[in-house]
Amino acid sequence: MRKWIFHPCGNFHERYETQLNVYETDYGRFWTAVGIVLLFTAVPLVSSHYLLYVVNSIGIAAIAAIGLNILVGYTGQISLGHGAFFGVGAYGAAYLATRWGAPLLVSVPAAGLIAAIAGLVFGLPSSRLKGLYLTIATLAGQFIIEYVLIHWESVTRGTMGITLPTAGIFGLEIAGDRAFFYLIFTLLVAMLWFAVNLLRTRYGRAFIAIRDNDRAAEGMGIAIFPYKLLAFAISSFYAGVAGAVWAYYTISITAEPFNLGLSVEYIAMVIIGGMGNMSGAVFGAVFITGLNEILRWGTDLMMNMGFVTQMGLNMAPLREFVFGLAIVLFILFEPRGLAEVWRIVRSSFRLWPFSY
Amino acid sequence: MDFFVQLLVNGLSVGFLYGISAMGFVMIFKSSSVLNFAHGELLAIGAYIFLVLATEAHLPIYGAFILTMLACFSLGFIVEKLFLRPLIGEPLIFVIMLTVGLAAMFKGLILLIWGGNLHTFPDFLPEWLTLTWGGATVQPVYTLALVAGVTFLALFGLFFKFSSQGIYMRSVADNQRAALSLGVNVKNVFALSWAIAALVAGLSGIILGIINGVNVHDLSAIGLKVFPVVILGGLDSIGGAIVGGLIIGLLETLTGGYISPSLRDVVPYIVLVVILMLKPYGLFGQVEIERV
Repeated sequence: MRKWIFHPCGNFHERYETQLNVYETDYGRFWTAVGIVLLFTAVPLVSSHYLLYVVNSIGIAAIAAIGLNILVGYTGQISLGHGAFFGVGAYGAAYLATRWGAPLLVSVPAAGLIAAIAGLVFGLPSSRLKGLYLTIATLAGQFIIEYVLIHWESVTRGTMGITLPTAGIFGLEIAGDRAFFYLIFTLLVAMLWFAVNLLRTRYGRAFIAIRDNDRAAEGMGIAIFPYKLLAFAISSFYAGVAGAVWAYYTISITAEPFNLGLSVEYIAMVIIGGMGNMSGAVFGAVFITGLNEILRWGTDLMMNMGFVTQMGLNMAPLREFVFGLAIVLFILFEPRGLAEVWRIVRSSFRLWPFSY
Repeated sequence: MDFFVQLLVNGLSVGFLYGISAMGFVMIFKSSSVLNFAHGELLAIGAYIFLVLATEAHLPIYGAFILTMLACFSLGFIVEKLFLRPLIGEPLIFVIMLTVGLAAMFKGLILLIWGGNLHTFPDFLPEWLTLTWGGATVQPVYTLALVAGVTFLALFGLFFKFSSQGIYMRSVADNQRAALSLGVNVKNVFALSWAIAALVAGLSGIILGIINGVNVHDLSAIGLKVFPVVILGGLDSIGGAIVGGLIIGLLETLTGGYISPSLRDVVPYIVLVVILMLKPYGLFGQVEIERV
């Protein structure tokens, strides 16, 4: 029986292995377990139909944001094409499900792989270069993929869109918000678990080394370009899986939502949540999706009041402005994002009421 | 053949505009190695300021023009002071993300104020700018663009090569920390380069606005099309921006004319990926050599 740790009186590491621990204390491990149990039992029961839809959207966004965080927060590369890879995943799943009748368990990972391969195509030329060329290549990827999604009609059916069949696992039909809640959040927990543990392996440490100093990393024998490419592929895989689930969830998809705006939205999630912090991606997803809903609700309210309608107040520009402002403010004032705010709040409560 | 010549002329003129639009972008990159994703919005802001001054305030054209240039110069200054100065010494990734945020913010703001409709300038360019060259006539706007392009090209070339500020800028772009430790005033460098870039962007915005009308969606799209242009020309080469612009413009119109109009807007980005694969530092860019 090992010793349980509940309340450390400092940040002590007796062995190097302990530095890799995910949880500093068993207290944290306990609350995570409680949180997961509550998430799966209480949330779907007490939530209304609308709230469950919002929660599901958060879950999907969080999966994609975790992927982007591996690339941006841990490897130090920017992707401006995350929205497009999300779209590739959505269309991949839709194609596999409608043409080949692939079941959910096959089509979702396959869609992730397709997105990862699409990512490799754009990552390959740019990751040979130092600096932030990947950003520019992914910008190109965003536009090229958008074009392909609209014009490759034999696969994507162009502007008509694709309607997906009902999802099912082992004969169990997945339809409705509650069933999708379980699917999305099981997937989210699994992928979060994978991401957190990936970063404790040699691969994850290599990513972090590249982010911190690529010359030093190279000097220590890390092959920079394969690792950068790997990080990019993993990040696209996450986007693809999220897109695939989203496609099943919304049933009918068109190429419209996968534009540059969506990519910027994901970047906003990662920055606002906290770069280089896995819980940050989840915080960011909650924040941005919540903000989206509040803005929609607010503009609806103002539309009903009438006098604003004459001003032609529109949801889209307001949303764009608020997102931009949020990104700018967070970079200037809290570049480590909401995760850092959360850590500060937590640690100020840790010794409460006897701080000092 | 006539069709081809027409496409050629169109392509070159469109491309020259791309080149001019890219100059402000290269200016910022050359002085701080920041990829400015808000460049299209800077173009748009210049065009809208001129629009308001010229059509709504009814100022005389030259007055409006000079005021716009002053406003853009100060805008660049203010943007730098408010948003970029706190990030001096921080990793580049933050600065670039910041410009992504600024782009969204400015675009939203412009849409909230002016809406997404197409606005047009009054016809104000004097007749004597029309050049007749053999049988062909050059529209006054293009003469203006040509003059502006060549002037800026020469000025920037001299500035970066001979003036001390220009040399400071290059040193900051190369290594910000080293420049700081050698006593370069990085704050001044940033402020000046953003102010100049905003001024050039404002001027290109006005020129683009005269030709295509002022619309924030189009202008911010051009701001992104700057990326293929500068990658082709070489990220830190101002002359390369013009050449890259010409090539991209030509390719665009030729594809639009001969292959398919819908492919037109994507071709620059396909070129971008190909260039990254074959000649990553562009035609005139400085190849980065790293010695440890």
